[in-house]
Amino acid sequence: MKYSLGPILYYWPNQQIEEFYHLAKASSADIVYLGETVCSKRRNMKAQDWIDLGQQLSQAGKQVVISTMALLEAPSEIRNLKKLIDNGDFTIEANDFSAVEEAHKAKLPFVCGPAINIYNAYALKVLLDQGMQRWVMPVELSRDWLQKLSNECLEMGIRERFEIEVFAYGHLPLAYSARCFTAQSEGKSKDNCETCCINYPTGRVVNSQEGQPLFVLNGIQTLSGECYNLINDQQSMKGLVDIVRISPLGEESIEHLEAFRLRSNTNEHFPTPDSVNGYWHQIAGIRQQD
Amino acid sequence: MELLCPAGSLPAVKAAVDHGADAIYIGFKDATNARHFAGLNFDGKKLDKAVDYLKKHQRQLHIAINTFAHPDQHQLWYSAIDRAVAIGADVVILADIALLEYAKNTYPDLTVHLSVQASATNASAIAFYQRNFNVKRVVLPRVLSIHQVKQLSRACPDMELEVFAFGSLCVMAEGRCYLSSYLTGESPNTVGACSPASFVRWQETEQGLESRLNDILIDRYGPSETAGYPTLCKGRFDVDGQRYHALEEPTSLNTLELLPELFAANISAVKIEGRQRSPAYVAQVTQVWREAIDSYQAQPEQYTAKQQWMGQLAKLSEGSQTTLGAYHKAWQ
Repeated sequence: MKYSLGPILYYWPNQQIEEFYHLAKASSADIVYLGETVCSKRRNMKAQDWIDLGQQLSQAGKQVVISTMALLEAPSEIRNLKKLIDNGDFTIEANDFSAVEEAHKAKLPFVCGPAINIYNAYALKVLLDQGMQRWVMPVELSRDWLQKLSNECLEMGIRERFEIEVFAYGHLPLAYSARCFTAQSEGKSKDNCETCCINYPTGRVVNSQEGQPLFVLNGIQTLSGECYNLINDQQSMKGLVDIVRISPLGEESIEHLEAFRLRSNTNEHFPTPDSVNGYWHQIAGIRQQD
Repeated sequence: MELLCPAGSLPAVKAAVDHGADAIYIGFKDATNARHFAGLNFDGKKLDKAVDYLKKHQRQLHIAINTFAHPDQHQLWYSAIDRAVAIGADVVILADIALLEYAKNTYPDLTVHLSVQASATNASAIAFYQRNFNVKRVVLPRVLSIHQVKQLSRACPDMELEVFAFGSLCVMAEGRCYLSSYLTGESPNTVGACSPASFVRWQETEQGLESRLNDILIDRYGPSETAGYPTLCKGRFDVDGQRYHALEEPTSLNTLELLPELFAANISAVKIEGRQRSPAYVAQVTQVWREAIDSYQAQPEQYTAKQQWMGQLAKLSEGSQTTLGAYHKAWQ
């Protein structure tokens, strides 16, 4: 089993980003995804800054992938996407079909990220023909769904052509909107947001009127209110999943990655308070199944 | 500009045709479309009658097959495409690239529109669908500003663009929202429904009328408030001690005022949302939009969204409120 650090979904100050990846360099992570996937107004890190950071991580022996945005609406965002695709060193993670299109045009292999809707083997086959090397399963899908899909791939003789990665730890990216919910929560409009999401390094929690955490506001993205955690479900990934993704919440996420690796070969149950795993078990994502 | 209206039942088909729709969009009675609700959609004799009525009145039939095929059940989705072709549908509306591939290979002459559920929001994404699947028209998600719609129109001169003009407002980019499965296990992409009715409970309590989805409290209503359907993004929630509609208020999209700009952006079709709504709703909305489009085409310079039209549409709206949604930057 390989372990990856997904892209940072939140807006962190540059220093925090640098400190995080300094630790990532020394971690046992096999793959590191870098880049802004949520909002093009988060400009502290420019395309070249991410690429430079990628080179440092690559020198430390990490496989680096540049992640790209999920919701692209403006020509300037497509220009930035092309800049990332032309980085010259790294593959990209496509989170929208625009990135598939541009990567294909540039003859650059790509990872299909979790924001692209792929639900069956026939859709995967289309992407393989476009240059896909790895597929990150949409977060709402279950082990059972993956098993069936994987069997379909075996029947079609395409399973050996790509790796399967599963989002296994962190707040789940559930939706993307034109609206910036973080700006709204401060009474600001998106145009005058002052990138206030930088004040919320793990987003803003949305509770029900009974105090149940439902969602997390992260700019135009809505995340799950609870942390998804498949640390005790790793046995059921054997033979099915190639890469386990940890989505960074802070420096402690590096420790989570090590903890996942330590517990990959044991049936011993590790306590996971305040976390959920429903999606993996084909029930509501917000539920926890032991 | 085509006026494209929804129909979830045979009376709704007739209502749309009789009140001036150029085209109707429907779904089959199964999980292959994103409005998979009990008592809705078409099969058997009702489907034949709908097709006959449209043919007799020379209107176009679009069939939405816009969910994503499940592994080991792809035949259900392929059969839906076969069936659409067999009954003589003018258009199929697809989102899954597996289905787009099937349609292209099996029926190269079939007119294919890209569903809003495919979430194509930029020129490169549109180019992907055009290059690989020969898509004729793209239905744009309700996340673009009118300025962005115009930009896209200029960037994609060989692609027909269709926009949502009126109806329920999805605040999220369509096809990219898993909130429903997070709370219930069922989402538009997997079962063709958001906030499915089987999970909904209303309950009178001492604190007011509660609406719940899979036991999760979505909203509480005071005695003077109108209770709405607990679509999970339209509830009142708490963020750091503030209680408000943290994602979206119960309102409907209404772009009647934008009609001149939609014409200027060379939009091919305006789409009315509401396959789950009554024939009366379909009749009234269709009638207002027919009048508005005809009025613009007769005298473009004189066009204004009449108060009477706006009032009629407000009555048919969620929470009796309408908004320009993302088309207007301030809303974003």
